Amino acid sequence: MTTPTSTEDAIDATSVTETSGAVGRSPGQLMWLRFKRDRTGVISAIIVIFFFLVALLAPVISMVYGKDPYTLYGQDIPGLLNDYGYPIQPNGGISSEYWFGLEPSLGRDVFTQLVYGIRTSLGIAVAATLITTTLGIVVGIVAGYAGGRTDYFVGRLIDLTLSFPQTIFIIAFTPVVESLLVPSDEETPVWLRAVTLTIMLSAFGWAGLARLLRGYVLSMREREYVEAARVTGASPARIVFKELLPNLWTPILIQSTLLLPAMVTAEAGLSFLGVGMGELVPDWGRMFLRATQVYQNDITYLIFPGVALLIFVVAFNLLGDSVRDAFDPKIKR
Amino acid sequence: MLRFLTRRVLGALVILLIISAVTFFLFYAIPADPARLACGKVCPPETLEQARHNLGIDQPLMVQFVSWLAGIFVGRDYGGLGHCPAPCLGFSFVNRAPVFETIIDRMPVTIALTIGAAVIFLIFGVATGIVAALRQGKPLDKIASVSSLIGASVQIYFVGTLAMYFFVYQIQVFRQPKYIPITEDPLGWFNGLLLPWLVLALIFTANYTRITRSTMVENLNEDYVRTARAKGMSGRSVVLRFALRGALTPVITIFGVDLGTLIGGAIITETTFGLQGIGRLAVRAVDYSDLPTLMATVLLAAGAIVVMNVIVDSLYAVIDPRVRLS
Repeated sequence: MTTPTSTEDAIDATSVTETSGAVGRSPGQLMWLRFKRDRTGVISAIIVIFFFLVALLAPVISMVYGKDPYTLYGQDIPGLLNDYGYPIQPNGGISSEYWFGLEPSLGRDVFTQLVYGIRTSLGIAVAATLITTTLGIVVGIVAGYAGGRTDYFVGRLIDLTLSFPQTIFIIAFTPVVESLLVPSDEETPVWLRAVTLTIMLSAFGWAGLARLLRGYVLSMREREYVEAARVTGASPARIVFKELLPNLWTPILIQSTLLLPAMVTAEAGLSFLGVGMGELVPDWGRMFLRATQVYQNDITYLIFPGVALLIFVVAFNLLGDSVRDAFDPKIKR
Repeated sequence: MLRFLTRRVLGALVILLIISAVTFFLFYAIPADPARLACGKVCPPETLEQARHNLGIDQPLMVQFVSWLAGIFVGRDYGGLGHCPAPCLGFSFVNRAPVFETIIDRMPVTIALTIGAAVIFLIFGVATGIVAALRQGKPLDKIASVSSLIGASVQIYFVGTLAMYFFVYQIQVFRQPKYIPITEDPLGWFNGLLLPWLVLALIFTANYTRITRSTMVENLNEDYVRTARAKGMSGRSVVLRFALRGALTPVITIFGVDLGTLIGGAIITETTFGLQGIGRLAVRAVDYSDLPTLMATVLLAAGAIVVMNVIVDSLYAVIDPRVRLS
């Protein structure tokens, strides 16, 4: 992943401060300075921000564009879909009216579906990432700081979680959870599916981060500054929040930047397998499910969500690398 | 070495036991009517009665679990439905057959898919990793970096479907993916799985290239490699016998994880290519609410991961004698 620009620009902290005079800079400012010089990182950051803006502004985009993801345009307006339900115009029905074409058979607008789909998927992924990261931080710090028996049992729990077959378990367990929460004669509410997915993704995601942070805390616990704090009578809470946590933000930030795209693709994968959001909610992953059913006749419907997902994940992975470089110039790729 | 192995195997058995208990209780204790779930969506009343009786819902949960567990070792009788012989993982009311039979039936597909792809991505990934490490910063290294970034970011349901569209339907260089037993027609077996293998390999190779490259770069700067060079060893044997050996440990780690996950059910791959393996079986079991089959596939997948962990640990011990002592 090394590009010529990023190696040239990976200037270490000292040279940055030297060239800009004897100004005192916090580690955060130094990180920001290094990050700004990394052209790949900045471009990826812009792409990532663009996706988040699309997700946030979905209703605005839909209003300006003049269509919504729910109306069955192809069925309501004659001349758009043929007798088999496929768009009549070439390339999946792309036109000035329907920018990304029409969904086969249902005839919904692909552009707004994708925009709203990104909104759904990113929403679930962000929620799952936040919960996962919080859980990972809490468990990791508790295990590492408490040590002893707590550490042993938490360690075994992490082992156990990592041995669970995640995908298969989630698809298997989702119907069980829903049969518990919803009486069998009622339709599953939309928000419940989203909550179930978020919980499921978080339930398996925390273990990796917890294991990593436990290791960090274990090595930091014995350092002089922690010992000094303890001797001067600092409470465990103060030690955790003021002494340990500030040193952990780097690995936490790096891990969560890597976690988010993984959550997006996991959510998309689950929707592809049919355990994601229901038909009524536009969803990035479910577009793939529909696309793989019709791709032999309408490949365009696969291309738009696919390329969008690829760009998003590549940009996010590159951003993760740049963040790591900016935080820790010692690690050369 | 023997003590090390016994300890690892015992640990794995404990984890498997816990996983089976957890899945059992989650699947049978939480739903309001497990018999209803186990019986499937289309469930005639008499089968439902049978299911209720056979699952022993009227008995305490612990008794249910123990008799289920005992079934694995001694088999179990399912009233009017028939006998389920020794490794009895349950009886599917949907398929009207012991779950184990169905699994044995589907296993070859998943194994063939996994092994074929694994051979390609391991060899190709490690080879490109070595080459990239030896040509650091050169065009070849950059091509490897860029392609591994794309490989790591691409999703199988996207690239697999695209590949099907272009290679199978448009230019028709590959056959429609299909599993034909190797004993029947070795060439057909190979042709039928070639495209899924290549697509899986495209995605997995990236990781191996990246890890091999970074550990090789590290190892090539080690003192022992320089010593070997200084003593006049040829470049090739330095790379292969010294630097590569050190780089193998992390590669084996992820290889174990990947193999375990894939054998436990390459669900998305099988769905994309329409191959009827364990992963498809699990998805179908969800569609039909076939609880016994579902539980068995979850256990099988967990088993695959746990067994691979034991194998990886033992391989560490073979490669690096220090591991045995800890």
